[in-house]
Amino acid sequence: MKPRESDKKSASLSISVLVSTGRHPITGRPGRADQDSRAVELAMNLQGGSVSLLHAGQPTEECKEALRGYLGMGIDRISLIEQSEHADITEVLTKTLKSSNPSLVLAGTQAEQGEGSGLLPFLLAESLGWSLVSGLVSIESVENGQATILQALPRGQRRRLKVRLPAIATVDESAERARQSAFGPARRGTIETISEASHIDETLASFEIKKARVRPKRLKIVKSSSARDRFKAAAAKSGGGGGQVLSDVSAQEGAEAIFKLLQEENVLKL
Amino acid sequence: MLDILMPLLLAAALVLAVVGAFRRIAMWRRGRPSPVNIMKGLTSIPKRYLVDLHHVVERDKYIAHTHVATAGGFVASMVLAIIVHGFDLASGILGWLLLLFTAIMFVGSVLVYRRRINPPARLSKGPFQRLPKSLIAFSVGMFLTTLPAVGLMPENAGSWVFALVLVVLVAWGVSELVFGMTWGGPMKHAFAGALHLGFHRRQERFGGGRSTGLKPLNLDDESSPLGVIKPEEFTWNQRLGFDACVQCGRCEAVCPAFAAGQPLNPKKLIQDMVASMTTGTDANYAGSNYPGQTGTHEVGPGGVLVAREGKALVDADTLWSCTTCRACVEECPMMIEHVDAVVDIRRHLTLEHGETPGKGADVLNNLIATDNPGGFSPNSRMNWATDLELPMLKDRDHAEVLLWLGDGVFDMRNQRTLRALIKVLRAGNVDFAVLGNDERDSGDLARRLGDEATFQSLAKRNIATLAKHSFDCIVTCDPHSFHVLKNEYGDFGGHYEVYHHSGYLNLLIDSGRVSLNKADVGTVTYHDPCYLGRYNGEYDAPRSVLKALGLEVNEMARSGYRSRCCGGGGGAPVVDVPGKQRIPDMRMEDIRETGAEIVAVGCPQCTAMLEGVVEPRPDVKDIAELVADALSDTPAPRSHADNKEPVEVVA
Ligand code: SF4
Ligand code: SF4
Repeated sequence: MKPRESDKKSASLSISVLVSTGRHPITGRPGRADQDSRAVELAMNLQGGSVSLLHAGQPTEECKEALRGYLGMGIDRISLIEQSEHADITEVLTKTLKSSNPSLVLAGTQAEQGEGSGLLPFLLAESLGWSLVSGLVSIESVENGQATILQALPRGQRRRLKVRLPAIATVDESAERARQSAFGPARRGTIETISEASHIDETLASFEIKKARVRPKRLKIVKSSSARDRFKAAAAKSGGGGGQVLSDVSAQEGAEAIFKLLQEENVLKL
Repeated sequence: MLDILMPLLLAAALVLAVVGAFRRIAMWRRGRPSPVNIMKGLTSIPKRYLVDLHHVVERDKYIAHTHVATAGGFVASMVLAIIVHGFDLASGILGWLLLLFTAIMFVGSVLVYRRRINPPARLSKGPFQRLPKSLIAFSVGMFLTTLPAVGLMPENAGSWVFALVLVVLVAWGVSELVFGMTWGGPMKHAFAGALHLGFHRRQERFGGGRSTGLKPLNLDDESSPLGVIKPEEFTWNQRLGFDACVQCGRCEAVCPAFAAGQPLNPKKLIQDMVASMTTGTDANYAGSNYPGQTGTHEVGPGGVLVAREGKALVDADTLWSCTTCRACVEECPMMIEHVDAVVDIRRHLTLEHGETPGKGADVLNNLIATDNPGGFSPNSRMNWATDLELPMLKDRDHAEVLLWLGDGVFDMRNQRTLRALIKVLRAGNVDFAVLGNDERDSGDLARRLGDEATFQSLAKRNIATLAKHSFDCIVTCDPHSFHVLKNEYGDFGGHYEVYHHSGYLNLLIDSGRVSLNKADVGTVTYHDPCYLGRYNGEYDAPRSVLKALGLEVNEMARSGYRSRCCGGGGGAPVVDVPGKQRIPDMRMEDIRETGAEIVAVGCPQCTAMLEGVVEPRPDVKDIAELVADALSDTPAPRSHADNKEPVEVVA
């Protein structure tokens, strides 16, 4: 009987959530992926929004069982775009999203199995020409084609952003936990399979996929008498080191600096 | 005048009663079907009333005698009155008998009246306060009316005023006692109660039997409802059962959650179910409320018992407070099944809405993903016992005993109990083996939390695993696993001979397979686990093990079938509904009252709950630990090479 956040205004906002099949970290059993289910939770809590779930992959029994986990949250249907093994799903998702034209696409930051590179949302944003926000923790409001959102930063900090829609946002693991998945709606919900041609990713097919092993990490011992310093050191996410801080510059100058950096880093190849 | 009015009065009352009866039956039948044998049911009523029901009523001697006098007197008087006054056959002994029975009934009524002068808090007031007066009115009225019929008073004695007074008295009496029975007055309990005895959903309970396993949901049929949220979703005989409640409050008096100030009162819960079938509001209820609750409650929109937002007849917290200890069921003279109703509604909340409160969702997710409630790796089940070199059943063709370890393997406290038990089994040369990492949670917790789907999945997989092996019996130190394996796996094809470790230890001691020294541990009391005692009727074995240890048990006031729950059952610690005090603290108070230095237990849950009470307090020891400590050193002959004792290594 938990009251849901339900006063967020967003008239007729259509949200697509890209959901993957999860893999339990200990037993490897299929189920909801944690970040993806948080994305579904965020979408469901937006009042007045219409939520549709999208999965592209092999329509195996395991996959369907995992998808039922999302249906159990109270979702009526999931569209399952049939793809063969090693398919690159960027193209087919781009096509689907172009035709359904949602205002907002949510996804987890990274899949729990398979390639798990976390690149898909970026590739989609690029091919759709939409903006992308990473680390989404909550959507505060949606008005006039603009969403006000909170983005997670290291050490519990939050940044409020305004994003022009349509946009793609990846959901951080600190977003609100997904509600319990219930058996009844999971069983009743529909998984609608849609056949689409697969675009096989040859490189991916040549990969050998192994279980990840946790590597031992050298701890940085901070000898400080202040608990705050020790905590900061323990909780710090590794920073990039260099870089430069630009302040009081015009948008043009800022964009140029970013563009230059991306070229230097070989992210943009012209 | 009387000889015209009386037959009319009686006939009218009977006709109204029959009409009421049909309406009431139609109301019950609005529930879901539950097949019963009508003839067998009806004919079984008298015996069940005299034996099974009276067995429970008898626990309160005062009310037992009162009830016999009043109910017996009334039934006999009514039958005789129909003959004497209805058909005017006062001749001979009949009239005198009628006088006798109305007199007996009068005595009973006065006793009822006395009980009602300063009634204990558990009794409901309201119309029940009126009942003794109605009983007196009937018995007095009928007595006086009969006097002329046997010639003790002249016909037409007294004025017409006197006759009118008699008519009014008898009319008052029959309206309460005859058609009041089928139109919803306090005497409804007699009508519904009698039929409930015949058409009870758990027929096995009668004639000394026991039926405590939850009824499975049919998950294969997608149209069959997942639990209950509307009153019509109970089976018709469950509805009949609710209607039989006489509001005696015996259940309320024993409910640990009620005593702890959690928002649960089993009597009010049953009355709310009655309200949901009739008026839809609890405004007329005149007993104690759910602790902490005030105001009136109504059936929610769409006829739901529990609202997901806002309020309806029952709050979800009420249902989640129940520890499923069955104390209420054990005490209920009307044989009502409170726990079934609680779990039915929990099933709906969990399976349809995913609203298991507290840590419920986490625990269920863990059970689904890792087969244990703590979310530990299933491959680490045996980590605690690496040094014990336990024989694995999968390496063996057959074992005498399959030792079911339970989820206690992940709990350091329970590991001590398990070690003690294994020490004793080895001392007795018992040929035992374990399932190791192939064992899963029994499903008890999931089922009590309403997640029937997860329970069935665990149960079916465990049954499949067990089917691959050969063993004579299962022994476990967890009464919850014991109950589920013994009583609830049968519905899915798993039938085993299961022992609680206290029962098995008792066998070992009796047959001389282990010999014990006297335990020198001071004074001892014993706490009956609900799932061993009330669920399975095992009260003697643990006590006789303690006796074999030379220990005399200082019994608590509430022991045996009246044992008070430790607060650990039914997922109550997982959902953790707040109250005024904690149930284990109350139980520890019971233990302290006996002056015992040690409380012997036989359940990992009870151990955890009771050890959670702050010190200083009596020590909590599992029966297995007490036995292991008292094993005598005379080495028993070894028969199995693979029951290796750890060899001492001299470096
Ligand atoms: S449910 Fe049973 S024990 Fe409780 S008040 Fe009703 S009749 Fe009495
Ligand atoms: S089972 Fe126990 S806790 Fe639940 S209502 Fe009955 S007495 Fe109370």
